[in-house]
Amino acid sequence: MAMSFEWPWQYRFPPFFTLQPNVDTRQKQLAAWCSLVLSFCRLHKQSSMTVMEAQESPLFNNVKLQRKLPVESIQIVLEELRKKGNLEWLDKNKSSFLIMWRRPEEWGKLIYQWVSRSGQNNSVFTLYELTNGEDTENEGVPSKCGWRMQQCRWHVHTLALECLSFQFGCSPQCT
Amino acid sequence: IKFDAGTLLLSTHRLIWRDQKNHECCMAIPLSHIVFIEEQAAGIGKSAKIVVHLHPAPPTKEPGPFQSSKNSYIKLSFKEHGQIEFYRRLSEEMTQRRWENMPVSQSIQTNRGPQPGRVRAVGIVGIERKLEEKRKETDKNISEAFEDLSKLMIKAKEMVELSKSIANKIKEKQGDITEDETIRFKSYLLSMGIANPVTRETYGSGTQYHMQLAKQLAGILQVPLERGGIMSLTEVYCLVNRARGMELLSPEDLVNACKMLEALKLPLRLRVFDSGVMVIELQSHKEEEMVAAALETVSEKGSLTSEEFAKLVGMSVLLAKERLLLAEKMGHLCRDDSVEGLRFYPNLFMTQS
Repeated sequence: MAMSFEWPWQYRFPPFFTLQPNVDTRQKQLAAWCSLVLSFCRLHKQSSMTVMEAQESPLFNNVKLQRKLPVESIQIVLEELRKKGNLEWLDKNKSSFLIMWRRPEEWGKLIYQWVSRSGQNNSVFTLYELTNGEDTENEGVPSKCGWRMQQCRWHVHTLALECLSFQFGCSPQCT
Repeated sequence: IKFDAGTLLLSTHRLIWRDQKNHECCMAIPLSHIVFIEEQAAGIGKSAKIVVHLHPAPPTKEPGPFQSSKNSYIKLSFKEHGQIEFYRRLSEEMTQRRWENMPVSQSIQTNRGPQPGRVRAVGIVGIERKLEEKRKETDKNISEAFEDLSKLMIKAKEMVELSKSIANKIKEKQGDITEDETIRFKSYLLSMGIANPVTRETYGSGTQYHMQLAKQLAGILQVPLERGGIMSLTEVYCLVNRARGMELLSPEDLVNACKMLEALKLPLRLRVFDSGVMVIELQSHKEEEMVAAALETVSEKGSLTSEEFAKLVGMSVLLAKERLLLAEKMGHLCRDDSVEGLRFYPNLFMTQS
């Protein structure tokens, strides 16, 4: 486990790994799981995963405690993330998924802010520049965050839709 | 001796002569007595005849016009017509000898012909045959009766289904049917012996017996309940029946009586948990308050299973589990379900940020 990841207290609490029947309790439990998944993926720069990997990953499998979240419950957690907008299924069988610890809209806003700040409203960008440019790095647009083309394209797409009203000069190019 | 003006009848078994004038005069000869027959053509002054040669009269011969005769034949004289046809038919019968297949009673009775399908017999053989016949008859009757019964059972089943569905409809649409109609319908169901789920809910099982029983139970259970305030229904059942010794209670009667406890304002009540477990508790007993105590116990120990909890508190495992489940339902506890078993923890999800 790289970069001292701080596990939340729930991770050491055995009931965390049993889906709670009490509705209110379950709500709290799922919320805790969602934030754990997102922070875990963010730190490990993992933007996508398969369900198989997830089952064995230390994320859902606490070896020391001898508890692991059963696959049905994992599915429920993933569904929660999807509802919140942090997850997208990459296939119909729901075997692998994209994890977005920042939602596309959030990214969209960030990119827009950077673009407007750097005064490049009317020029053409390539995705490569966007993700790898030096100036972008400081503005919080991570360059080497292991983004996949899919993810980035999507963000820009969302951005384009959102910013129509902002007279955004940038148009997404297919590269 | 002549017997004039009669009608000659031929049956499969007999030759019957009946006097046209005096209908009561009637005689017959079994065809089996006939050795052979021959024709005598008509001549001048003579009518066509059939001569019927007979066996010697058997000792069982029925009384006839003569006791005996030196002739071994009789002559049938056809004054008007019919001789040829009759001869032909008679020969046919003689050839076919159908009387051999169907034993006929040899007693000759006036004005009585053979009844279709009825078999009459005499002698031991006859008696045996009669018994056999009777047996078959009985058999047939019984199976017919049971046929009706099985048909009845099928119908009854349909009836029960029908009344159940109507009872359910009543239950659902309480408002749509008038009170009178409902009551009338229920009485019909009751008279048919069908337990109506509606009556049980709206009026309670309502019988005097159950009411009395409920009062009796309240008396018996007062003391045992002092201890924990709560008892499972199975424990109650054992206790009560052991105390009674004779005239044991059926589980249904016990449940029905317990259902009336609250209505009769007795100091006990029946409670059914979500899991379906039924208990009797004192009115004064507050299970919810016990939950708070349970939470304390669990917190002290960090976590507990139902068995551990039961042992600590001194109650049955069943009731211990119910209490822990209730605590979970109320949000005080949460569960850890693993291969190690089911454990209950204080609900830190709620208490910790």
